[in-house]
Amino acid sequence: MLSIKNLQVKLEDEDKQILKGVDLEIEAGKVHAIMGPNGSGKSTLSYVLSGKDGYEVTGGTASLGDQDLLDLEPEERAAAGLFLAFQYPVEIPGVGNMTFLRTAVNAQRKARGQDEMSAAEFLKVVRARAKDLKIDAEMLKRPVNVGFSGGEKKRNEILQMAMLEPKMCILDETDSGLDVDAMKLVAEGVNALRSEGRGFLVITHYQRLLDHIKPDVVHIMADGRIIKSGGPELALEVENNGYADILAEVA
Amino acid sequence: MTQPAVSVNATEERLAGLDMPAGGWSKPARHDALARVRAMGLPQRRDEYWKYTRPDTLVAATAPKAAVFDPRETPVFDGIDRLKIVFQDGVFDAAASDDLRESGVTIERLSEAQADIHWAADLYGRLETRGQTPVARPLAALNTAFASDGVLIRVSGACARPINLQYHHGAEHSDAMLHHVIKLEQGAALTLLENGPAAARFNKVMEVDVADGASFHHVRAQGRDHERRAVTHIFARLGAQSVFKSFTLTANGVLTRNECVIELTGDDAVAHVAGACVGDGDFHHDDTVFVTHDAVGCESRQVFKKVLRNGATGVFQGKILVKKDAQKTDGYQISQSLLLDGDSQFLAKPELEIYADDVACSHGSTSGAIDEDALFYLRSRGVPHGDATNLLTLAFLAEAVDEIENQALRDEILGRLSGWLERHSG
Repeated sequence: MLSIKNLQVKLEDEDKQILKGVDLEIEAGKVHAIMGPNGSGKSTLSYVLSGKDGYEVTGGTASLGDQDLLDLEPEERAAAGLFLAFQYPVEIPGVGNMTFLRTAVNAQRKARGQDEMSAAEFLKVVRARAKDLKIDAEMLKRPVNVGFSGGEKKRNEILQMAMLEPKMCILDETDSGLDVDAMKLVAEGVNALRSEGRGFLVITHYQRLLDHIKPDVVHIMADGRIIKSGGPELALEVENNGYADILAEVA
Repeated sequence: MTQPAVSVNATEERLAGLDMPAGGWSKPARHDALARVRAMGLPQRRDEYWKYTRPDTLVAATAPKAAVFDPRETPVFDGIDRLKIVFQDGVFDAAASDDLRESGVTIERLSEAQADIHWAADLYGRLETRGQTPVARPLAALNTAFASDGVLIRVSGACARPINLQYHHGAEHSDAMLHHVIKLEQGAALTLLENGPAAARFNKVMEVDVADGASFHHVRAQGRDHERRAVTHIFARLGAQSVFKSFTLTANGVLTRNECVIELTGDDAVAHVAGACVGDGDFHHDDTVFVTHDAVGCESRQVFKKVLRNGATGVFQGKILVKKDAQKTDGYQISQSLLLDGDSQFLAKPELEIYADDVACSHGSTSGAIDEDALFYLRSRGVPHGDATNLLTLAFLAEAVDEIENQALRDEILGRLSGWLERHSG
């Protein structure tokens, strides 16, 4: 489903290569995790896939289904079914969370040639999904992420994911800033969305998130490349021994 | 004060082209105003108070041409139940106006009211005169002297529905001068709506006297004619525990200067003045506000937001003056611009002058572009670039628009703003 081949990326403003040839295939229905030390390029990968400014692709390809992602605007990537749960969700004062959700849902439907969701239908769906994530009416009314706690922001990301029903979900350090209970709630939200037609890429520093969102494949990223891939046991190995052994083994 | 010869010449040139209406009871006030104009001289480019806005075309003997613009949409406020009073290029249009008889309120026309109207005679030009200190506002005095018409509204109770002053523009060289006087008696309430481009050049003065416990709500939309020019003044005096709230939407117009001079003279009064303007290209918009706190425990808010693109210019001159005995004053002032490209500019001069020692006053002024992180966040959720920009622009304007208390009126203004943004996006 998500196919990344020899992806090479540098910063636009400085001569600094971040990704040095990333290869990754994520099949529908599978959960892949990427772990790696700070500065290995994990977040850059998520930003480049979703189309953020400031990066220059110097080689390789990335496609979702039969669409070349790198050719598309961020909104077109979203409409194609890509979703990035942000490590630091952005606060947008003055835009109500509900307005934001509805605008996003209908923009994607419109882009796919579907009818817009009626206000009543939207309200029904959003209330049900919000309830699962313990998001109350007050949070839906407030401006997007403004005054939300770390946990509320991450739950709000998952609510957006649930509403937009993407094909491919990228979670960028969704566990950062979460206590154990909040992490469980977020993981439950993600697990509820696991399905045969949907792929996940979970970027994390820690094994503990993977206790709750069980990956099919674990990749280790270092210095802009995926240096090792394996089953869930690879994450445990990192948890117990750190990255040093793996880095040494590959070097 | 001696004026330079150039100012005297420009002033006399302008005065030569004007005829003072007979005026009846307003005659003494008009002659006094003319004397004030001669003493002050009309504004010129060197005047400190006109540093950011060129007064030339507002002062010139004839009005520059302004094409009549057909917005091809239902006029703003048409969906609101209100009493409508229409002026066409500054001339009262009886056929298009509603019956001026309404319960709780008396409405008369300045040009018709020949018999002595004591309450109006006591106010006409009076608040304007008070507003000439400490800063001269000669174009307001010019208006008091020469205004051809206007409405005199006296509210004794609660006016059941809003009064809507509509200003149509039909002639390319029309030069209109209207002067309204509004008196709210103790405990009275009025919502006043104004809309329309009015004329090629419009000079309007509104004097509002809000007695103790009365409340005045004002929402205005200034008309979308691209080439129109306007200088408007609001002079308001607020009694104890009274409320004054004014909001102005300005979309288009080559030159607009809106001055608002508010004097809080009774304890615990509240004055809010807000504005949202959107300009694309040949657009110069100036909000000049002067709020004087002269009583205890009053609150004032100034909230001005400007969206500017393609070389549009925004100006804000806002002052809060807190006199020595105006303790417990709560003053707030914010002026912000959203510059949608590098060609536009915002010039701001926020001022606080405080002589009381127990007050809370804050002010801020910013200029910025669209927040790129927020824009990417919205786009990453599938909202196209243009729509995302408009959503963030409306969010930027929200603090000003939220000053409109009535939801139907607020929605009406928001609808107009969204429409403008959609037409001007990309």
